[in-house]
Amino acid sequence: MHELPVTQSILDIALRHAAKANATHILAVHLTIGELTGFIDDSIQFYFDFLTRDTPAAGARLTFDRIPARARCRSCDAEYAPPDSRIWTCPECGALGGDVVAGREFSVSSIEVE
Amino acid sequence: MSGSTRQVPVVEQILSANDQVALENRRLLDEQGIAAVNLMASPGAGKTSLILRTVDALRGRLRFGVIEGDLAGRIDADKVAATGTPVVQINTGGGCHLDALQVRGALRQLPLKEIDLLFVENVGNLVCPAGFALGERLNVLVAHVPEGHDKPIKYPGMYTVVDALVLNKLDLLPYLDFDLEAFRWAVRALNARAPIFEVSCKSGEGVESWVEWLSAAVQPLRQSTAG
Repeated sequence: MHELPVTQSILDIALRHAAKANATHILAVHLTIGELTGFIDDSIQFYFDFLTRDTPAAGARLTFDRIPARARCRSCDAEYAPPDSRIWTCPECGALGGDVVAGREFSVSSIEVE
Repeated sequence: MSGSTRQVPVVEQILSANDQVALENRRLLDEQGIAAVNLMASPGAGKTSLILRTVDALRGRLRFGVIEGDLAGRIDADKVAATGTPVVQINTGGGCHLDALQVRGALRQLPLKEIDLLFVENVGNLVCPAGFALGERLNVLVAHVPEGHDKPIKYPGMYTVVDALVLNKLDLLPYLDFDLEAFRWAVRALNARAPIFEVSCKSGEGVESWVEWLSAAVQPLRQSTAG
């Protein structure tokens, strides 16, 4: 939905770590993105291609490691994969609602440089 | 090494520039012992009415400041200013939410030393404001009876992030097909911890329990941080 500002942050992080590693070019940027963040790969890719022009990251590949959502039941502690709808019920005990255990990740995991 | 490809581990959380400015705002507010409340809702839910009711009810107990966010005009700011409360109006032009940078600018225009609780009234919108931290301590959503009981299911993002929920315009309940039980059920499914306050800003019904909760909620936040 608002991918431009976060894509700028991704680029900033990549450029900073590349400079620290005395690299001249960034060939790839590997991202870890939880399913629940709502960020759209194509949209990040689009802005990334635009923002990296005339930077050491021009032409770099973006990869997306998607982390599936996991919820924990508030009643019986069972962990389960929640359905697409955000109204979650526990498949073990039927209790309503769950806390997010995974799916909100959003980080740059590594970069490839030369 | 020159010319060879290397893998550089990074593992760094992606914070948008907005999140970084929001952290700075939060630090500034903490230093001043101010708890900010980000008030979000669809247009016309009664955010300003709730602010006016709250300021009135807690007069003498807490000192308020208000930041008003709207695309245009200063209707809300004028209403707040009439109560003697310091207020800054932000006009976003076409912007669908407030961002941390706009709030940072507004903070510079407020007498921070004379404020305990800062209301930031966001642009009326049930989507984008939930994704932009401003430096607040509490996020509060104002729902209202005319928008219908199905909104939690249609706009889950907003409902999952808030610390409290105020359902306004309770006085209209007899005239509309609003299923209160279905609304409560859906809110509970999305958010186990947020208390629900059912109020009418028009009649004043239910406002007292909201006000008591709010003043109790901001007290430790201010004490733990004011230097």
